[in-house]
Amino acid sequence: MNKISIILSREYFIRVKKKSFLLTTIGIPLIIMGFYAAIIYISLSGSDEKQKIAVIDEANLFGGKIDNHQSSIEFKFIKNETADSYIKKYKKDGYQSFLFISKDSSIKDKFQLHSSSSASLTTIESIESIINKTLRAKQLLLKGVDPEEFDRMTQEASITNTIDSEDGSKKSFAEISYAVSFGCGLLIYMMMVIYGTQVMRGVTEEKTNRIAEVIISSVKPFELMMGKILGIGAVGLTQFAIWIVLMILMQMSIPFIFPEFMHQVSNASSSSSENVTMLANTIQGLSSLPLTKIAGSFLFYFLGGYLTYASIFAAVGSVVSEDQQEAQQFVFPVLMPIILGFVIMTKAVNDPNSSLAIFGSIFPLTSPIVMMGRTTYDIPFWQIALSMLLLVASFLFFTWITGKIYRTGILMYGKKPSWKEMIKWAFTK
Amino acid sequence: MNILELHSLKKDFSSQKAVDDISFSIKKGSIFGLLGPNGAGKTTLLRMITGIFHPDSGEILFNGKKFHAIDDIINIGYMPEERGLYKKMKIGEHAIYLARLKGMNKADAMASVKKWFVKFEMESWWNKKVEDLSKGMSQKLQFVTTILHNPSLIILDEPFSGLDPVNANIIKEEIFNLANNGATIIFSTHRMEQVEEICTQIVLINKGKKMLDGNIQDIKQDFKDNIFKIGANLTPEQIMTPIFEVIKHEKDSVQIKLSKETTNNELLNYFIQQQINIESFNEVLPSLNDIFIKLVENSTATRKFNITH
Repeated sequence: MNKISIILSREYFIRVKKKSFLLTTIGIPLIIMGFYAAIIYISLSGSDEKQKIAVIDEANLFGGKIDNHQSSIEFKFIKNETADSYIKKYKKDGYQSFLFISKDSSIKDKFQLHSSSSASLTTIESIESIINKTLRAKQLLLKGVDPEEFDRMTQEASITNTIDSEDGSKKSFAEISYAVSFGCGLLIYMMMVIYGTQVMRGVTEEKTNRIAEVIISSVKPFELMMGKILGIGAVGLTQFAIWIVLMILMQMSIPFIFPEFMHQVSNASSSSSENVTMLANTIQGLSSLPLTKIAGSFLFYFLGGYLTYASIFAAVGSVVSEDQQEAQQFVFPVLMPIILGFVIMTKAVNDPNSSLAIFGSIFPLTSPIVMMGRTTYDIPFWQIALSMLLLVASFLFFTWITGKIYRTGILMYGKKPSWKEMIKWAFTK
Repeated sequence: MNILELHSLKKDFSSQKAVDDISFSIKKGSIFGLLGPNGAGKTTLLRMITGIFHPDSGEILFNGKKFHAIDDIINIGYMPEERGLYKKMKIGEHAIYLARLKGMNKADAMASVKKWFVKFEMESWWNKKVEDLSKGMSQKLQFVTTILHNPSLIILDEPFSGLDPVNANIIKEEIFNLANNGATIIFSTHRMEQVEEICTQIVLINKGKKMLDGNIQDIKQDFKDNIFKIGANLTPEQIMTPIFEVIKHEKDSVQIKLSKETTNNELLNYFIQQQINIESFNEVLPSLNDIFIKLVENSTATRKFNITH
């Protein structure tokens, strides 16, 4: 046991001290949070800045007035100018762009927006919606219909799905639990592949640079294998822990960095823009999910899945040599169930109670990924219990047989063993 | 007192008998040569002695007690023929790591590594990475890591391969030193000249079987072929006689093979009668290399191997 811990700590520190570890561990959440912050920033700043747009309405479609409730764009009518003459002046007058409506245009025509740099899509969209609204109101008035009345009549219904717990206390949003489930499944899939192949590469390295025999004369092969697997697993856990801490820190720091944002979120119900409402829903939805339960099962399934596959990867690593192509031939069958798990998971997040999803979350070779895909939904207790039990059993079983393949494979040089030989090693004493 | 005794050790691999009923014992403090062509079963035998393999049958006694890998491994230092180190690790850390795997605590490991690094003038390497070492340097490091934990039995499989004469000499000196301080050394090789120089006792194995066992001088006596070298100026006519056969005739010496019935005195008498002035006379003992080739080639169906590599 003592020797396993010496090996474990070498495997652990040699990886954690690498620059690439720091880069991915700190870098990835920073990028995600930067993205997050950018969205918040844009959604806040967009409402601040006023766009001033000049309008030359030769056809007099608007009658000198554009109704505008949204304050971010301001229209000003200019008289006695043509498009050609005004191009030189609009900037001097303090406008970002100007809209030109030629003499003979009608509503169906395209109007020209002149600007020095290309206007953003959102700007064009909001200008379009404002002038359309104005023009429609004019048309409606011409026909004797009250525009407000019309708006009320053509209101479209929309649906948001909230998931309520039985006592009605907690509400969540379907999109968010979908995203969290999928994210967890994807993360566990990636971590299993990344750390599993790291175990394999580590074992192959020990075998090909011939240190294995030196070490095996000091420790048992099983200790070397377990030390490596646990060391690399600890690296995965460290990464996971750092991510969680970073996420919490950043979540907590949002109110300090963007105080106005939290203010907007708290009265998000009516007036504010769509982005803010969406973010508000996200935050509300996230905080309503059973996050501790999710983190707990993530931990369990990561460990169970990783340990099961890592021992298989270690056995594969012990039988291959430097030849990468040869390694591929053995790796593919191991990756198959992981990929299968991923595919089932993508189905399970859509339909968490289908029989495929239930099978996938109980079968131990796919359960870590598939179960995470169902994690935000209510899963019957027997399924969770059975799935965990089978995972632990499969971990013990695979470690036991792969340990024996590893023991023989790590000292074999030259010819590559066949599947038949490997099975023989696995089941002989 | 024997540090190691092997009693009819056997180990089979699926198709072949790697080690087939081998017994011998090694005296404490001796330098012992384990010889054999490639594929003879040396590595398998050593792996059983180091606890990597379990013998199929037979018994190993270590210090008079049944060998128990987990406890006895601390007293063994093994430098396998196929050796290696972690390329990305710093040399000092690497040495400490291997010492700790042998069961030393951190402080002892550190002290021992420092001591040996000073002795081998390797202190300045401490923070270098293994991959930056030349082949000879990493060989030296490998040797040091084998003896860090003061093992009483040191097993060296081809320790000189890849070493220049200067470094080979440093290691050779250290081997003698360790033996003088009471350690026992098993030296496995197929390079006979080194064995003759270093070892006191040898065992020769071929195809999993023991061919030869004993003290080098005794073995040479056993394999001597009645060959003598006579220092004298001789004409071809003077050496035409039925009592011996000329092997090599040089300007001031001749090598002859004496027929079995003739004694040394009769031979000398023959020259004296012819009034030949003999400057020197000595028996030529076979080299281990000759014995090795003779034994290995005589065993049926010679395998592919290379004596000098």
